Amino acid sequence: MAELGTMRVKSGLAEMLKGGVIMDVTTADQARIAEESGAVAVMALERVPADIRAEGGVARMADPEKIQEIQEAVTIPVMAKARIGHFVEAQVLEALEVDYIDESEVLTPADEEHHIDKWKFRVPFVCGCRDLGEGLRRIGEGAAMIRTKGEAGTGDIVNAVRHMRAVFGTIKRLGCVDEDELYTEAKNLRAPLDLVRWVAENGRLPVVTFTAGGIATPADAALCMQLGADGVFVGSGIYKSDDPAARAKAIVEATTHFQDPGILARVSSGIGDPMRGLSAAAIAPEELLEARGW
Amino acid sequence: MTREPTIGVLAVQGNFQEHMATLRRLNVRAVEVRKPEELEGIDALVIPGGESTAIGRLIRRYGLEEAIRRFTGPVLGTCAGMILLDRDHLGLVDVAVERNAYGRQVWSFEADLDLVEGGEPLRGVFIRAPRVTEAGPGVEVLAEHDGTPVLLRDGRFLVASFHPELTDDTRVHAKLLELVREEGLVRA
Repeated sequence: MAELGTMRVKSGLAEMLKGGVIMDVTTADQARIAEESGAVAVMALERVPADIRAEGGVARMADPEKIQEIQEAVTIPVMAKARIGHFVEAQVLEALEVDYIDESEVLTPADEEHHIDKWKFRVPFVCGCRDLGEGLRRIGEGAAMIRTKGEAGTGDIVNAVRHMRAVFGTIKRLGCVDEDELYTEAKNLRAPLDLVRWVAENGRLPVVTFTAGGIATPADAALCMQLGADGVFVGSGIYKSDDPAARAKAIVEATTHFQDPGILARVSSGIGDPMRGLSAAAIAPEELLEARGW
Repeated sequence: MTREPTIGVLAVQGNFQEHMATLRRLNVRAVEVRKPEELEGIDALVIPGGESTAIGRLIRRYGLEEAIRRFTGPVLGTCAGMILLDRDHLGLVDVAVERNAYGRQVWSFEADLDLVEGGEPLRGVFIRAPRVTEAGPGVEVLAEHDGTPVLLRDGRFLVASFHPELTDDTRVHAKLLELVREEGLVRA
């Protein structure tokens, strides 16, 4: 008997994406450029985060017609974003047979308290987190992949670094606390005890962990990989630069050869100017996308 | 001469770490391969699952494609690895393969596979899996699912459309090590 939608099958697809770059796309043409540059998957969305930030308004799931055009244009997996807590957008995306759903803080949240119950779906979910507790809460709700958050659409890597350090640092610390202290750790992290125990024993998250938000250069991507990410998501950093195709290709190579400064120097040359960007520290706290999610 | 074999795992993209972990459980040395020169001195190569288009582009860009063609040891390819070895890509294994033949991710599945040689069923994890549509006369079928071959041997090559590295079962990797030992005898 064949079993569909098991956790092994859901998290298994994320395993296959490791060491790769997942690129935001809004059109079939962008999807083709992403595939051509070596992306392992594309993320379909209405507008890239830099445009959402600039234009404002409510950001929602992408138009199903656009998603289908993207699915027809490429053979790599197609992911799409749903609003936090918007389980009907997720149902629609599952009916479209997208390969992964990103329950994303980049879109305007639909629920101020609850995330989607992801166990109810056969399609796997990826969710963002700023610290270990937030990541484990999402896994408890059924997420099969985690991405540490950065501040999307800024081209500023500092928040992504802060959250990776927070997640991976806490994992290291859990490895050396006494077993009888894990109850309080779980309480303080506001995370399920069994997952906290698993992390303490295994020294990592139980699912593949990418990073996202603010990656604008090949060196940014390699920095995330050296800090312990399994792969990276890139969007605005590509499209708001001088030469998106060349930069996309360079970021792919930098993600594979993240430990080789010689290759990083070569791929970082001659790809035009990066996105101008926006210092994350200059954004008012209530304007931060990354703070969405509970 | 008895020395532990060293197995290289192509590590440009994909789930190479799980293959390394499985090989270590079999007590062999596993090393990551990202550049052509890293194929020297290894006894066998694993081409892991991942995105075959991404891996294909990266190995071409870094001269690994030619290096893999020149490599003479046993090779195991799983999922994307099987696609890269087929008639349409590296042309090293005499099989025709259809990509994503089982459908999108919501149709990914796991199932017990009966091995032709018998024994306990093998748990197969199929993720956006490729399907073998044709196999040449020299290709031996080692396991099938629903009448389709999913684990095959063509001389020194082993290919699987599923992911043996995602389970605790080490039998497919053990078979690769058997091929290494056979090759050793031939060379001696």
